[in-house]
Amino acid sequence: MVTVKIDEIEVQVQEDTPILKAAEKAGIWIPTMCHSELFEPYGVCRLCSVEVIRGKRSRIVTACNYPVREGLTIQTNSAKIQWIRKIIMELMLSRWPNVKVVKETAEKLGIKESRFPSLERDEAEDACILCGRCVNVCREVVQAEILAFAYRGIKREVVLPFGEQSDKCIVCGACALVCPTGHIKMVIEDYKGKKPEFTLGPKTSIYVPTMQGIPRVPVIDAESCIHFKTGGCETCAKVCEPHAINYDMKEEVVEIDAGQILLTTGYDIFDGSKMAQFGYGMLDNVYSSLEFELMLNSTGPTGGKVQLKNGKAPRAVGILHCIGSRDHEHHPYCSRVCCMYALKFAHLVHDRTEAAIYQFYIDMRAFGKGYEEFYSRLLDEGITMIRGKAAEVVESTWSKNGDGSLLIRCEDTLIGKFREVPVDMVILCNAMEPQKDVDAIRRVFSISKSPDGFFLERHPKLDPTSTMSDGIYIAGCAQGPKDIPDTVAQASSAAAHILSYISKGEVEIDPVRAWIDEKYCSGCRICNSLCPYTAIDFIEDKKISIVNDVLCKGCGTCVAACPASAITGKGFSDAQILAELEGLLEI
Amino acid sequence: MAFEPRIVAFFCNWCTYTGADLAGVSRLKSPANIRIIRTMCSGRVDPSFIMKAFELGADGVLIGGCHPGDCHYAEGNYKALRRVHLLKKMMRSFGIDEKRLRLEWISASEGDVYQHVATEFTQTIRSLGPLNWKQHVDQKSSSEQAVVV
Repeated sequence: MVTVKIDEIEVQVQEDTPILKAAEKAGIWIPTMCHSELFEPYGVCRLCSVEVIRGKRSRIVTACNYPVREGLTIQTNSAKIQWIRKIIMELMLSRWPNVKVVKETAEKLGIKESRFPSLERDEAEDACILCGRCVNVCREVVQAEILAFAYRGIKREVVLPFGEQSDKCIVCGACALVCPTGHIKMVIEDYKGKKPEFTLGPKTSIYVPTMQGIPRVPVIDAESCIHFKTGGCETCAKVCEPHAINYDMKEEVVEIDAGQILLTTGYDIFDGSKMAQFGYGMLDNVYSSLEFELMLNSTGPTGGKVQLKNGKAPRAVGILHCIGSRDHEHHPYCSRVCCMYALKFAHLVHDRTEAAIYQFYIDMRAFGKGYEEFYSRLLDEGITMIRGKAAEVVESTWSKNGDGSLLIRCEDTLIGKFREVPVDMVILCNAMEPQKDVDAIRRVFSISKSPDGFFLERHPKLDPTSTMSDGIYIAGCAQGPKDIPDTVAQASSAAAHILSYISKGEVEIDPVRAWIDEKYCSGCRICNSLCPYTAIDFIEDKKISIVNDVLCKGCGTCVAACPASAITGKGFSDAQILAELEGLLEI
Repeated sequence: MAFEPRIVAFFCNWCTYTGADLAGVSRLKSPANIRIIRTMCSGRVDPSFIMKAFELGADGVLIGGCHPGDCHYAEGNYKALRRVHLLKKMMRSFGIDEKRLRLEWISASEGDVYQHVATEFTQTIRSLGPLNWKQHVDQKSSSEQAVVV
């Protein structure tokens, strides 16, 4: 630590700290223009000039990059400094008279107008003041090295390579962020890239995916992170005090020995854009159920506030049931949870806004404990229930100045009339559907799926958590649409099944195995290559094949193939099957 | 009385047997002509079982396995497919219409497919008429002392 004296205030700082930082600690303001915490001091605007006095000699230095030494005396507001600042500011004012940041800094320094004429006077409010912050951030932080200065003197300007848009620019927006005048702007052109999953607005590359997640740690989206594009930035690592940011983490394949597996791979939601009549993905303020759930979340993008895209509170909200479910074009089954969460949505919208709420339903299915009571409570809250599946959602023709209100068309089957309901927010209750990779997963575990595409249980009533493959269990929406209480019950049942085997310590295996009678085996080895589990070994000295009981799964392929009928499938022997045949065909 | 075919079906435990079970659970009406023998895999079905079934008086044989790629035992259904192709050649030389043997891939979730296949196959066999292979074999064996199968 060294002690320096800034404007008669003594301050203790680490050696080599720039004067600007030391002054900040002493509570002294030094004007800056080109400086930013993000990159190394550039020292080009000279506005932070201060007077350093060592003994009888004094020097003018820039505070942003001059390191302090023991015993330095610094004057930040001497007559000399004031004169230097005045000249710098007047020169800037003469060239860029309307730039807000220049005007403000000049005002802070008590400078009203410039004495100088300028050949390159730029009246624009967002003129480039050549501070170089964009160039520095692009070079040092982003390391894309796209922006640079070109030409000299009054012709100096910030350019892209060859003055053209370059594909080396990763469009990170860092230059626009640091630009003090707004000269660099991010223009969102018609973005036809992939649609992010469940976002209601922009998010950063490092974010906490869900506040309820365990462990609650941020993740980095490698696709949008600057570091993974250019190797630069690392801003998050710089500010993280426990040094917890690790860019080298890779996906890894971990092999775990497990005797029993519980599959809880969950569900996907039906893509609302497949039903174009509801305008999902085309009209503003049409949300899927999960998107709206995110909006309701107090840690979500709106902090739990129910609002339209323009930030206003909705005046009327329409909740459309059975989008993609109970629909022979898409999924014939009922997703079970939608009626109840639709009521919950209505309750929360009623709670948080003044909006009128309309529910468009086919049938209300309030089937669980306490559900019917909740439904009647909602009816008392003044929710409008319209029995009839909505036909379409359109933009209403009378909407003005982007105040886009929507119109829901439907048939109200209770009054037998066609209705048009104006709303300004629509929530779709999308069907639950099997995960996209359900086939790949079920092949890995050799289990089946039911006609609706969800995993098939061993028995729909008596064994809804086991599967036909021993040791593989299923629970939750991977088995079929269900709500949280049902999922918890099913998962507990599966866990109990699994524990019962663990506490037993041993597993009974199916006695269905192939067995080779040594007497009849001719050692032809036909069965060896047929076995999909390589369970049949050939014994060289005896010249016969034997079955490994642990590897054999009892499919019987070898039994059927053995030309000498030396192989017997226990439980399914030739004699047994032939006896079955005879019995079957007796009558 | 109208001819009612007797059909023997060999269904694999994992797909078609479960699928047929599903058809039953779902109350899908399927013909009672089909008598099912459960095997662990369609690959277990020895061609001699099929010939034996014909000999014992079956008018048709239906084999059900998992869809290609879905076999519980990796590739048993492919083995069944190969055997059925060969057996059909043999059946021709025996004078049995090869339509009397049918191999179908029916998964555990396809109760409706089972219903469809069972109904269609029964209809096919019904239009083909009785096979009477048993009498044929008995006559042959008594006159020529030859044993078939």
